[in-house]
Amino acid sequence: MALLEVKNLGISFGGLRAVDDFNLTIEQGELYGLIGPNGAGKTTIFNLLTGVYKPTDGYIMLDGENITGKKTIEINRHGIARTFQNIRLFSELTVLDNVKAGLHNHHPYSTLTGILRLPKYYRVEKEMNERAMELLKVFGLDKEAYYKASNLPYGQQRKLEIARALATDPKLLLLDEPAAGMNPNETQELMKTIRFVRDEFHMTILLIEHDMKLVSGICERLTVLNFGQILAEGETTAVLNDPKVIAAYLGE
Amino acid sequence: MNGMKTKTHNLSRTTKSNIITYGIVVAAYIIVEIFLRAGMVSSLLEGLLVPLCMYVILAVSLNLTVGISGELSLGHAGFMCVGAFSSAFFSRCMEEMIPAAGIRFTLAILIGTVFAALFGILIGVPVLRLKGDYLAIVTLAFGEIIKNVVNVIYLGRDSRGFHISTKDSISLGLEQGGDVIIKGPQGITGTPNDSTFLIGVVLILITLFIVINLINSRTGRAIMAIRDNRIAAESIGINVTKYKLLAFSVSAALAGTAGVLYAHNLSTLQAQPKNFGYNMSITILVFVVLGGIGNIRGSMIAAVVLTLLPELLRGLNDYRMLIYAVILIATMIFTSSPGGQEIQERIKLFFERKKTKEA
Repeated sequence: MALLEVKNLGISFGGLRAVDDFNLTIEQGELYGLIGPNGAGKTTIFNLLTGVYKPTDGYIMLDGENITGKKTIEINRHGIARTFQNIRLFSELTVLDNVKAGLHNHHPYSTLTGILRLPKYYRVEKEMNERAMELLKVFGLDKEAYYKASNLPYGQQRKLEIARALATDPKLLLLDEPAAGMNPNETQELMKTIRFVRDEFHMTILLIEHDMKLVSGICERLTVLNFGQILAEGETTAVLNDPKVIAAYLGE
Repeated sequence: MNGMKTKTHNLSRTTKSNIITYGIVVAAYIIVEIFLRAGMVSSLLEGLLVPLCMYVILAVSLNLTVGISGELSLGHAGFMCVGAFSSAFFSRCMEEMIPAAGIRFTLAILIGTVFAALFGILIGVPVLRLKGDYLAIVTLAFGEIIKNVVNVIYLGRDSRGFHISTKDSISLGLEQGGDVIIKGPQGITGTPNDSTFLIGVVLILITLFIVINLINSRTGRAIMAIRDNRIAAESIGINVTKYKLLAFSVSAALAGTAGVLYAHNLSTLQAQPKNFGYNMSITILVFVVLGGIGNIRGSMIAAVVLTLLPELLRGLNDYRMLIYAVILIATMIFTSSPGGQEIQERIKLFFERKKTKEA
């Protein structure tokens, strides 16, 4: 059974059909790319998958469960975590606290326990600290754990966002233009990190990207979107050599 | 290894900072108490001690909404009003039934706090859907509504039970010997004067304990995460409505506690613009902004300084409020403008150099 199955997904904003008849099947452990020109509807699909928008048609199945139309926080609990095109960190919190916020639902204790500093508070906070430090170490951010998140350099902020998403222990990770604004060196490093995340956490990853080097370098399969509709899908090399795709990107 | 080191180092730093905060309160209490015993405090200043505690609690609690939760609320005096009236009403009713002031006042504090919390939830549910300026204006309106509603309530008691009216005390139709407890604009008279400086300080410590521990917990992290980026917070499964409401109602509850302190410091409690109106809400907001948004210790100190300042400047008569305003503006510029911050940095650097030289 596929981990993610999207059938006939569609959404209209007023008269505008932003996404139409979108289908997607991602297997467990796959690294899948979603590409397309600007305004093709890629981020809209992410917003549909994470419950920011409610689809007007179609359904979304995650690991056999129907998550269509559920709220963002419920969908996260079902196992989809994401990063954002324009980085959205908790800028005033420390790097460590950003990750600990991601652990929120997995290491619970009540507000009262927190205020009264009951033994459980110390135990759970210790667990959280350890887990968060582990995650930060994976991304080479452990030395910056007590920096304010907004003080990190750009590339590390991107990594921190991924670490925070992983803290929620997702089944599927959505990365929205992870290489945006990165130089070629940083992109190279990011590719390594993404591959590492997939292997280390046995993660299934769906990513939106414009950087073709990154896409052809790490994605196993692709879907190309244009004007809200699927233009092509399949193996990465085959799709990228498809004349239709080249035309959409470069013009005829 | 390196990570572990910074962790313990950092943990101790927050704890140290918190201990300093508590320490300042205790030290201030001891010093004032010594001066009181020595008879070196003017009666005017002595009368200010309980209000001072009240302002500190209000400032710290509002900082939870404005600084930690990031919501600009201008209705804080309204919650204080709820706490004041509900507790004063309780104390007036129970004065004969519970003669022990300690037990009665403890219960009054709980009642004032709980009622204010309930109003916090009640008002928070519709209001927290708004953001920024809109939220500020609506909280302002709710604060005024609370004050004005209290002004038209007449509540009396006789052998048949409680009677309520919004017209006047005659329409309550009380029996002979009935007692009008809340008299509309005349408020509640004869509330037992249970508030003391010591109780005020204890309440400050409890407030600090609640707010500081809340901030440094899973709940506080969630609240601040929502403040910094609501969409991201939702994406990692944090229930935005729940935590916003929680911060708002805890903040309201503590404002209620301050109200209890206020009500039991006066023999006549009336809801007037100057004590429960938006003027009061703005005054509290000034404490928070001046002390530093999100800075608990700062808002505490700002509350004390700004409450004492007009009294200390009393000798200057007519120029008093003028100088108060000038000091306020100067401090704001010094703490918040880029130029002022540069000067601060320079001062800091100067002291650091001195330290290294000495070492």
